[in-house]
Amino acid sequence: MLHIPCPFCGPRDESEFAHGGPARQQRPDDLSPLDDAAWVDHLTVPPNPVGPVREKWWHVRGCGQWVTIERDTLTHDILEETGE
Amino acid sequence: MQRYSLFSLARNALSDHQNWQQAWRSPPLRDTYDVLVIGAGGHGLATAYYLAKNHGITNVAVLEKGWLGGGNVARNTVTIRSNYLRDESIPFFVKSVSLFEGLTKELNYNLMYSRRSMVDVVQTWGRLRELKRRMLNMDIHGSTYEQLDVEELRRRIPALTGGGPESRLPILGGMVHPDAAVCRHDAVAWGYARGADARGVELHQKTEVKALLRNVDGSIAGVETNRGTVRAGKVAVAVSGHTTSLTETVGLRLPLKSFNLAAFVSEPVKPLIDVIVNCPDIGVYLSQSDKGELVIGGAPDPGQSFRRDIKQNVFENAVSAMLELFPAFRRLKLMRQWGGALEIAHDGSPIVSRTDIPGLFVSAGWWGGFKAIPAGGYTLAHLVANNQPHKLIEAFSLDRFRHLDFVLESGTTTAR
Ligand SMILES: Cc1cc2nc3c(=O)[nH]c(=O)nc-3n(C[C@H](O)[C@H](O)[C@H](O)COP(=O)(O)OP(=O)(O)OC[C@H]3O[C@@H](n4cnc5c(N)ncnc54)[C@H](O)[C@@H]3O)c2cc1C
Ligand SMILES: [Zn+2]
Repeated sequence: MLHIPCPFCGPRDESEFAHGGPARQQRPDDLSPLDDAAWVDHLTVPPNPVGPVREKWWHVRGCGQWVTIERDTLTHDILEETGE
Repeated sequence: MQRYSLFSLARNALSDHQNWQQAWRSPPLRDTYDVLVIGAGGHGLATAYYLAKNHGITNVAVLEKGWLGGGNVARNTVTIRSNYLRDESIPFFVKSVSLFEGLTKELNYNLMYSRRSMVDVVQTWGRLRELKRRMLNMDIHGSTYEQLDVEELRRRIPALTGGGPESRLPILGGMVHPDAAVCRHDAVAWGYARGADARGVELHQKTEVKALLRNVDGSIAGVETNRGTVRAGKVAVAVSGHTTSLTETVGLRLPLKSFNLAAFVSEPVKPLIDVIVNCPDIGVYLSQSDKGELVIGGAPDPGQSFRRDIKQNVFENAVSAMLELFPAFRRLKLMRQWGGALEIAHDGSPIVSRTDIPGLFVSAGWWGGFKAIPAGGYTLAHLVANNQPHKLIEAFSLDRFRHLDFVLESGTTTAR
């Protein structure tokens, strides 16, 4: 079980959170300068590293905040709490 | 190849089983082949076998970083089925199930293939609608799904005593998929390996591909391994769960995420359940092995992962879900647990495709990909040999992402 650092509640058990997927790039406000390949990449290609990945968790059974953390996909170590 | 039969068993018994031939050779690694297949899992070995058998391409090496058949092919819960949703998917899985049925004979290797229905226990109306939608499409493509009422469901699975009218999620009914089967997973890897080896394919274990290599014109040149450079004009990547790490060495970004899926088994007990039971609304499925163990799987660990163990809370969730429906299993002792790193594509359908790099092919996004091994190998071999997709996998090419023309599939996962 992960202990996820919530900026509001402190470290809490993973079972209090819902997983929100990897943190993605912001959707660009203006899509017109993007070529097709960049747009397809933005929509479909997530980061999938063996190592640290930035991801979102929702403290749904706690304070209700969204939290972004950096977690290692091989060791489960939480490397950095980036808050939200 | 030495054939296995009652006669060869008797003959070898006379010499105390000292004279059996090795199932496959271990030749020295050469520096050039026509085709390299990366990964000696089910898909890689089946691809090598069909390259040799169907296309006469035998100057092939399969490169495996660990030992042959030590990846997900050895770690899955062996459910073979074709109850998928999409017109593109169902014919592919129907073909795979039918190849499985003849495989013991074809490979001269006992897969212990055992056809036994899969029964879904339905506890929400949304699920029932989704499964009935699948049933309509499966009817068209020659796969079978039938609806069961609660009484018939409980008759088929006497151990299913939970989920009554007073429970959190009362059982609404069931669906049965009579084509489903289980078989011995190791035998699939070993049988294909032996068949490929007998046709001249080389199998190289402890040979890890560190990077893909390109020619100056951009086409594939070969691979860099821990045992040196190996060249080939065609390279097929079949590394289940680890695809993006390899393709990113040549800048190829793919719409895949890797996750950990895990399973566990109970102590062996007397025959108790003769179907595969799937409980998609609470996220658990189980069947009974020939040895009598209950083989139990749950939902995946939600965050991306390359681990091969099971997380305690994922394990506890699966156990508590199971006990809601099978309260008597409270007394079972659990013996072993394990996991594997699998990947899933953006739309939940597999990828069997050419890439932007001439000569480089990928077979990836195999979530429930054990059932897909025969058809996956058959069609990837066709693609590598002809540079043109077999019609069963036309829809599974990478082009679908380029055109945002997804093949959204809900039948990929059993639990949730
Ligand atoms: C717990 C669990 C339950 C499952 N249950 C089912 C089920 O009931 N039904 C079903 O259909 N599917 C199921 N699956 C999925 C199924 O096991 C996989 O989809 C399928 O085995 C993947 O294809 P494969 O056999 O080719 O993979 P693998 O056996 O994983 O083969 C890939 C090989 O590539 C090798 N490799 C990786 N990187 C490199 C490299 N750089 N160089 C050289 N070699 C490399 C690996 O060592 C591995 O041997 C389950 C999986 C798990 C983990
Ligand atoms: Zn909180």
